[in-house]
Amino acid sequence: MWFRYSASHVRDPLKEAEEDLELFRKRMLSPPMEGAAGPTGTWRIMKPVIHEDKCVKCGMCWLYCPENVVSWEPGRVPSIDMTYCKGCGVCASVCPRKAIEMVVEEV
Amino acid sequence: MGLHRKVLIGNFAVAEAVKLARVDVVAAYPITPQTLIVERIADMVERGELKAKYIRVESEHSALAAVYGAALGGARVFTATSSHGLLYMYEVVWWAAYSKAPIVMGLVTRVIGPPWNIHSDHHDILSVRDSGWIVAMAENVQEAFDLTIQAFRIAEDKRVLQPMMVGLDAFTLSHTAEPLDVPDQSDVDAFLPPREPLPFVMDPAKPFAMGNLGPDEWTMELRWTVWRSLERAKHVIKEVDREYAKKVNGREYGGLVERYRLDDAKYVAITWGAWSGDAKEAVDKLRDEGVPIGLLRIRFARPFPREELLEVASGAKAIVVVDRAVSMGLDGVFSTEVRSVLSGRVPVKSVVAGIGGVDTSYRDFVNIFKRFVDEYEKGETQEWIVPEWYMPWFKG
Repeated sequence: MWFRYSASHVRDPLKEAEEDLELFRKRMLSPPMEGAAGPTGTWRIMKPVIHEDKCVKCGMCWLYCPENVVSWEPGRVPSIDMTYCKGCGVCASVCPRKAIEMVVEEV
Repeated sequence: MGLHRKVLIGNFAVAEAVKLARVDVVAAYPITPQTLIVERIADMVERGELKAKYIRVESEHSALAAVYGAALGGARVFTATSSHGLLYMYEVVWWAAYSKAPIVMGLVTRVIGPPWNIHSDHHDILSVRDSGWIVAMAENVQEAFDLTIQAFRIAEDKRVLQPMMVGLDAFTLSHTAEPLDVPDQSDVDAFLPPREPLPFVMDPAKPFAMGNLGPDEWTMELRWTVWRSLERAKHVIKEVDREYAKKVNGREYGGLVERYRLDDAKYVAITWGAWSGDAKEAVDKLRDEGVPIGLLRIRFARPFPREELLEVASGAKAIVVVDRAVSMGLDGVFSTEVRSVLSGRVPVKSVVAGIGGVDTSYRDFVNIFKRFVDEYEKGETQEWIVPEWYMPWFKG
């Protein structure tokens, strides 16, 4: 609640330092995990829609997605994980067949 | 303990200290008056005297970013800059401190333009005072050398783990040759073992994100750990000062401050940096005339010597702070800090001098100190809250 700490409050400097370092690492470092920054799909105002008839399955959207939310394998139409897609539109922009359309998100 | 007497300019002394500290990575961008530090280090690396990776970069922002990355990888690192170079680094300055990256930086203090000016005042170094860096400044070439070696021990200490800046005044120290005692490599090795890679090591084999987006409360908790580190650093600085004297070169400076003729002093002058030597001569002159004055030389601006100042002030009638940096719209920089700690316990006069590198001799300090004592004795202290600009050549 209320905290005060100065040179004259130091009792066990090494122990206090270790407590600080433990807190520091806990708050500062995060292992790679799905959705480390929460469900970022909620930030979206435009969403990408793939028109399968136009898609040539080239994988450009998969390659360029800055959020790594496009799944694709050679010879297959990609799919997008909408839980984390922020709607930036890079996929639509790089698609050579204009097979991805950005449409207004409906809430 | 083996010491070798050399004659070196301040910049070469700092380079020599960096070599003895066995740094792993150096990155820097040239700027007068700092350039000779990194030029000399580049020579050392080229000749194989220092087994370090020297990274050439396109700007100061990149220089600090490069050593920051190397420090997070567990390396012992060094960079150096001045004035505009430091301002260009400013973003990374804060990142480094908030990441607890134990970087050591040599900072040759230089005026910030305009107008263009390569001489020394203290606005550049004091611009980082709120960031979490440990900020020290030397009075002479020997101290610049000693502080540079000590900086690695202080910054890398588990109880601290914060970056540290070692300041030296442009030309007065950076380009002035003075006798220097250089210790044996073995004594420095015994004092400064290889770095323990803390608080964490960036390793591509075990990837993690650092400083990811999180709740605001986490940010405040992280700042609290930095606050605590700076407070603990006060103990570490004193301990390192004593141990360095014992193991390396016999010189003990006094920790966060140096006390000069303060034992029976009723008047206290406060300065920091190279001109403190001139201020000491002025103290001697006033002492010869029977004025009980002493000098408190601040060695570390951060962590600020709060406890030492309170102790010195407890026996003082009045204090004068002579500042080479101004907080525009308020006061001299150290005056604000001294007034803040003392909270009105002792009357404090603030004098601003030497801005733009204006030469300030011992005679100027005699003038400043005499006027201060005179005003106090006549009871003319009502206006002391407003800093007095000392410009003897200026007619207004």
